[in-house]
Amino acid sequence: MFEITLIHYLFLASALFTLGVMGIFINRKNVIVILMSIELILLSVNINFVAFSAYLNDLSGQVFSLFILTVAAAEAAIGLAILVSFFRSRGSIAIEDISSLKG
Amino acid sequence: MIVQAVVFYLFASVMLLSATAVITLKNPVHSVLCLILAFFNAAGLFLMLGAEFVAMILVIAYVGAVAVLFLFVVMMLDIDFSRLREGVVKYAPIGIVLGVVLLAELLLLFRAVFGEGRFETQAVTDDVTNTQALGQVLYTDYIYIFQSAGLILLVAMIGAIVLTLTHRTGVKRQNVGDQVSRRPEDVLEIHKVEKRTGV
Repeated sequence: MFEITLIHYLFLASALFTLGVMGIFINRKNVIVILMSIELILLSVNINFVAFSAYLNDLSGQVFSLFILTVAAAEAAIGLAILVSFFRSRGSIAIEDISSLKG
Repeated sequence: MIVQAVVFYLFASVMLLSATAVITLKNPVHSVLCLILAFFNAAGLFLMLGAEFVAMILVIAYVGAVAVLFLFVVMMLDIDFSRLREGVVKYAPIGIVLGVVLLAELLLLFRAVFGEGRFETQAVTDDVTNTQALGQVLYTDYIYIFQSAGLILLVAMIGAIVLTLTHRTGVKRQNVGDQVSRRPEDVLEIHKVEKRTGV
């Protein structure tokens, strides 16, 4: 009970991942909260990587979590830039308006 | 041992509570602030796992850059928040059902496969810190991936600038090239004016 093992971190990461997926489903109209949910999912993946890195005594997990941080930062920057540019042209960021981008 | 467990459960519960607040709060500004709290607690968990460098990078890059970027965009855009909340009651049940199923599957899988995994007591190496060890593999074994990560960041930066930069018309700007290449013979006209006559 009081010994923190690998499974504790894995359970924590899966709970965080589930919260992220639920956030995408619950806030279907709100792009900003969807982007934040994606950040939560990436954070849970990071927790998994770092926990396995400590478990296997191998630094590769921490290296890959650095790369995931890089990609997450790039994704947030591009997503928010698209959001700002869409808001300038339409005056709203509602998801149903974004569907007019297709074909 | 007990102190470690208490700290773990403290960080984990605060992180899960703030993650729940991120997806349920009405105001996106409060959501971003809860996201920052979740990142801080994740950094604490990384410290417990002995990954100091990743924990600090999480605080610097996520809290300092990404979360502030979110906050900036949320505050800059003039959004009707009530309209964005319309479908929540309709979509909440399917989201909760899906979440419960996904969580049960993940927990069963992890318990079946990694139920016995324990952290080994790591041999204390005084000469090499976590940051040094990461640098030693990052700049040798992973050098190409490291370079392409930098390239990804460059592309993201250029893309964000291109997407948000707008050229407004009707704004007078200083053009240094035009000013320097201006010559007297192009802009000056010299007239010989006779006495008592106009030009």
